[in-house]
Parts: sequence; C-alpha cells; structure tokens
Amino acid sequence: MNTLHNFSKGIIKENPVLVLVLGTCPTLATSTSVINALGMGAAATLVLICSNIVISALRKVIPDKVRIPCYIVLIAGLVTSVQMLVKAYTPALNDALGIYLPLIVVNCIILGRAEMFASKNKVIDSAADGFGMGIGFTLALFLMASIREVFGNGTFCGIEIPVLNDNHVSILTMAPGGFFVFGLLIACVNKFGKHKPKSNNSGCESCPQAELCSKKGGSTLVKGANTDD
Amino acid sequence: MTKLVIILLSAVFVNNYVLSRFLGICPFLGVSKKLDSATGMSIAVIFVMLMSTAVTYPIQKYLLEPNDLGYLQTIVFILVIAALVQLVEIVLKKYAPSLHKSLGVYLPLITTNCAVLGVTILNIDEGYTFIEAMVNALGSGLGFFLAMVMFSGVRSAIEGNDVPENFRGLPITLIAAAITSLSFLGFGGVVENLFS
Repeated sequence: MNTLHNFSKGIIKENPVLVLVLGTCPTLATSTSVINALGMGAAATLVLICSNIVISALRKVIPDKVRIPCYIVLIAGLVTSVQMLVKAYTPALNDALGIYLPLIVVNCIILGRAEMFASKNKVIDSAADGFGMGIGFTLALFLMASIREVFGNGTFCGIEIPVLNDNHVSILTMAPGGFFVFGLLIACVNKFGKHKPKSNNSGCESCPQAELCSKKGGSTLVKGANTDD
Repeated sequence: MTKLVIILLSAVFVNNYVLSRFLGICPFLGVSKKLDSATGMSIAVIFVMLMSTAVTYPIQKYLLEPNDLGYLQTIVFILVIAALVQLVEIVLKKYAPSLHKSLGVYLPLITTNCAVLGVTILNIDEGYTFIEAMVNALGSGLGFFLAMVMFSGVRSAIEGNDVPENFRGLPITLIAAAITSLSFLGFGGVVENLFS
C-alpha cells in the first residue's frame, strides 16, 4: 500500500515538472515533438529508477559530508550507460536529443529525488518513487509536446492533422513557445490543482542546494509563487 | 579572425544559452529577481565556463581520445567541473576575500548548472579548436550575462503590476521569458550575413 502510494504520488500530486517545478531545462528543450519528449522521458525514467535503487542501497555506506559528489558520480555513470544504449539501439533519437542526453546528469529531478527520498528510504520504496516520478516527468513532457506539436507543427507523432496542418503557429515549436506553453500549463495547475501547492512544496525546496540558494534570497521567486501577497 | 567573431556573436545572440538553447533555466528563473544577484551569478558563470573549458578541452583531446576513452566524457567532465568549482572557491577565499564575498556564494550552485556542462560538451561536439572553444565559452557566458541582466529588468517591471491570481509568480515569469526570448529570435541569420 505504502509502496503503491510512493509510486502514484509522483504522477499527479507531486508531479516533478508541473508541481515541484524541477527539471525545467529538458522539459522546455525536448518538448518540440512528441517522439522526442517520449524518448527523453524514457531515458530519464530509466536513470531515475536505477539511481534511486543504487543510492538507496548505498545510503548507509556513503558518508554524509561527500554525499552530493557521490550521487553525481553514480548518476553520471548511469547516464553514460543509458547514452550508450540509446546510441546503439535508437541512433535517430540520439541525434534528436543531442546535448540533452548527457545533460540528464545535472537534471535536478534525479539529484533532488536522490537527496529527498532515496537517501532516507528502503530500496523497494525508492524504486517505486523513482518509477512514479519518471512517469510523471514523461507525462508532463508528453502533454507539453502534444500542445506544441499539434498547434505549432500541425502534426501528432509525425501524423498530419487535416485543418491544423495548414494553419499552424510555428512559433510554438521555437524557443519562445516553450516558455509560453510552460507558463500556461503552470497557471492551469494553479487554477485547477485540487489543493493549492504550499510554499514548502515548491521547486527550490526540493532542490538539494535550496539552503545555499535561499541565503542569497534567490528562491524568493518560487516561495512567493503560490501565496496571495 | 572572422570565424572567431562569428562564433562569439552567435554564442551571445543567436544561440543564446538561456533563451534559445534552454540551458541554465534554474538560475535564470531563480536568481534573476534582483539586478545585483543576477550580475554576481552571471560573472561567476562566465568565470567557471572559461576555466572549465580550459581544463576539459585538453583532457578530452590529449587524455580521453588517444586512449579510446571517449565514453567517459560525461563522468570526467562533471567531476572536473565539480572539483574545479571547489578549488576556485578555496583559492578565492584565501587570496581574494573581497571577490569571494561577492562571487563565492554563487559558486557551489554552479556545479549543477547545466549551461556549464553543456558548453564543455558542445565545444567538443562542434569540433572547435582550443581558441575557438575558449571564444565560444566566453560568448556563452556573456550571453548568459546579457539574458540575466535583461530579464532582471523585465522582472522588476512586472513586480508592481496587478497580475491575474493564477498567473502570479512562476507563470507570469515564464511568459515574460517567452517575450524576452522572442526578441532574441530576431537575431537569427543576422550574424552570418554581417560578414558575408
């Protein structure tokens, strides 16, 4: 039951992209087409599950003071393996994702979950959490990519859509469209979210470096995001 | 020489790391609220980008490639950047305390800034020479600086406005970023035509 909860919370309630606002870089960059988004989501999910399992299994071995460098090395190793798999089996996806594939290393979702969850919980729970978060990430990417591809390019997974194909708004597939669609989606989450996400639920808090960041007043953005001041 | 200028200008304007490549979005959204923190962060980023390119480029060319270890690129680069950032912090603390006071706080945050890892990997992928790679790193850092400073101005303009409730905070910031990014879209094709 508890394991199931750990799995399901990542999908909607604590969706890493739309509610926790983590991993914005790959979300904006790879959501130009549905195929790319799904590929990115699958690669990140695989890394997330493996890193949560490994870090959870080693949580008593890794010294507290050097844990972040240890996590980064472990995650980098996993990302390299995934990168080799993608290169070998789906070279087209490798070309499409390009630089963003090795950059999964610095994706805050993975480091964030390692720090927030895997370092404190059992292996099975951590695997469930990683899987749930990965699915949540993939779903958010899929949603954003669908909007951008359908309206920006008039296609869905490469299949042409009759009317939209002649009237597409190509700016949506370019950089500004990414920011715009993401902003609208988060506004929708604020509007329709069952419970208003509290300030302690926001991106900076789940970032491993929140403490450092808040010292300089950096995280005021997300802190003020959902209050009514 | 012309090629270097083209690389520099296109890294600053056309392929701006934040606004058209989507790298380094976290600090872009997180630290851009005040002008002084935006400037401090960007200067630290320029510094680390230059340093890490200067270190990772020779490692890739003279250590990894001759020994067929190219697949270790990601691991080695992230380790080098993490170690370098720590080292720079220690050196600054000891020899330039005033500089450390203004930049030091931003340094630990940079390790997980994807723009820094991105610039080192892209320099290798694009097949630049060492000089070109350094120029590209400088241009990318300056582009980051430009985007941060411009955007902190945009944000202070939003500050006092009455924004619809659901758009308060992050959503309106993202939409402002979309408009800022739109202005950079106009640079596309300009740089190449300047020198042709």
